[in-house]
Amino acid sequence: MSELLIRNVWKEYGAQIVLERINLHLPAGSFVSLVGPSGCGKTTFLRMILGQEQPTRGDILLDGKPIPREPGPDRGVVFQRYSVFPHLTVIENVLIGFELAAASFSGVLRGLAREEALEQCRALLAQVGLSEHADKFPRALSGGMQQRLAIAQALAKNPKILLLDEPFGALDPGTKSQMHELVRHLWKTNAMTIVMVTHDIREAFELGTRVITFDRPRRDPHAPERYGATITYDIPMNDPIISAHKPQPRPDASLFQ
Amino acid sequence: MRRIMNVNPDRVTKLVLGLAPIGLVILLYVMMSHERLLLNPADKLMPSLASMGDAIVRYAFTADARTGDVLLWKDTGASLIRLFQGLAISVCAALAVGLLLGVIPLIRAGFAPLISIVSVVPPMALLPILFIIFGLGEVSKIALIVIGLAPFLMRDLTHHVQSIPVEQFIKAQTLGASTWQYIVRVALPQTLPKLIQSTRLSLGPAWLFLISAEAIAAESGLGYRIFLVRRYLAMDVIIPYVIWITLIAFISDLLLGALSRKLYPWAHDEEPST
Repeated sequence: MSELLIRNVWKEYGAQIVLERINLHLPAGSFVSLVGPSGCGKTTFLRMILGQEQPTRGDILLDGKPIPREPGPDRGVVFQRYSVFPHLTVIENVLIGFELAAASFSGVLRGLAREEALEQCRALLAQVGLSEHADKFPRALSGGMQQRLAIAQALAKNPKILLLDEPFGALDPGTKSQMHELVRHLWKTNAMTIVMVTHDIREAFELGTRVITFDRPRRDPHAPERYGATITYDIPMNDPIISAHKPQPRPDASLFQ
Repeated sequence: MRRIMNVNPDRVTKLVLGLAPIGLVILLYVMMSHERLLLNPADKLMPSLASMGDAIVRYAFTADARTGDVLLWKDTGASLIRLFQGLAISVCAALAVGLLLGVIPLIRAGFAPLISIVSVVPPMALLPILFIIFGLGEVSKIALIVIGLAPFLMRDLTHHVQSIPVEQFIKAQTLGASTWQYIVRVALPQTLPKLIQSTRLSLGPAWLFLISAEAIAAESGLGYRIFLVRRYLAMDVIIPYVIWITLIAFISDLLLGALSRKLYPWAHDEEPST
């Protein structure tokens, strides 16, 4: 659980300004939803926190220190797709996190150390409800189960911050609401800081303790690329008045099928 | 009436449809050979099945009077050893180069242009150079196979390694993977089934280069024998040899496919057996 500080971050690709003047402070334990129109730079923003891309200007500080210029185990991630390794079984997908940390040359754990790590993996799989599927390959899992596996993988590293890039975008409504329950539960029990990019406004308000919208407040019709998106709304969801109006969790959609 | 493109054959129909053209080709050959032999019993161009049978007995089951070797097996052994050595060297080199180029952008920037250029050099044009450098022995034949296959396999595998989704590349790093660990735990295992696939596709060219090299300078080998007996228009030997080579190539392709399905069930379309 860590705090994240974004100081005057800009992102430009050549003459094209994607993001400008992003200032944001996320206290430890926040669950922030990022929403905004397509192409407004939400995912670019997430990639900069991840270290996959670098800001053109400004700083991103995790617990007061600039984040490394590449992805690392302190920042976990779940993408919309392709987050899990197709060549490893479910439990091996979780185990690999332990193996990479413990065996720097072979990347494989053997003997007692492996048994101990497997014990922890089983506990993680139980948390996300995949215990029965431990020995299957990801291709035999449904989309929702693959995403749960990706979450378990990320939890294995106990990251300071968990980044979710439209994690439930490809799921059907019933599975989606189950995943919401799961993520909310994991967030509470593991005391994590979470940043989630989503297209689903309802999801953003349901899960987040804070909803942030990105948009382009300024536009030059002759040079549309010269103004980037920035934070246009920053809505705290733990405000008592807003909380009173916070939508109730939807009934399980599987009832209607 | 359904559209013809919607009509799928069942198992039996598929088998019959598949075997029919093969049977037809054999039948056509037998008829034409029979016609020619009626006109001229000494005709060599289309020998009867019986004379091919005689040739098979002579070459596959009788020791050669001069050397005491059974020629078909000696030739098969010589060719397969060359083929296997050439393939093994090409595949190992391609795997190492493909992983390094696919994963590390600096190495890719350095070597990808060279490999692209080398892979379009026609290998047969290099054969004289190989003979000059390595002599007429085994090395130049194996070298021809390697030169023919390795650059193609290197490009192919580099491409496969690069096409692993970027999500997995990032995910592995968030799980703590170093460059080396990404190579051995993510890139390598996902490349191996592709390697088998590419090797299957390379079998044809590998045989092409092998037989070419044997035809020009060798003392044994399937290609050598075919080109040797060509001098006597010995079609009764050439045809069984060609069928034998085809059979070996066909079976090695099937074996590689089965190996891949057994070792890498996750990479194939069928449901994995878990």
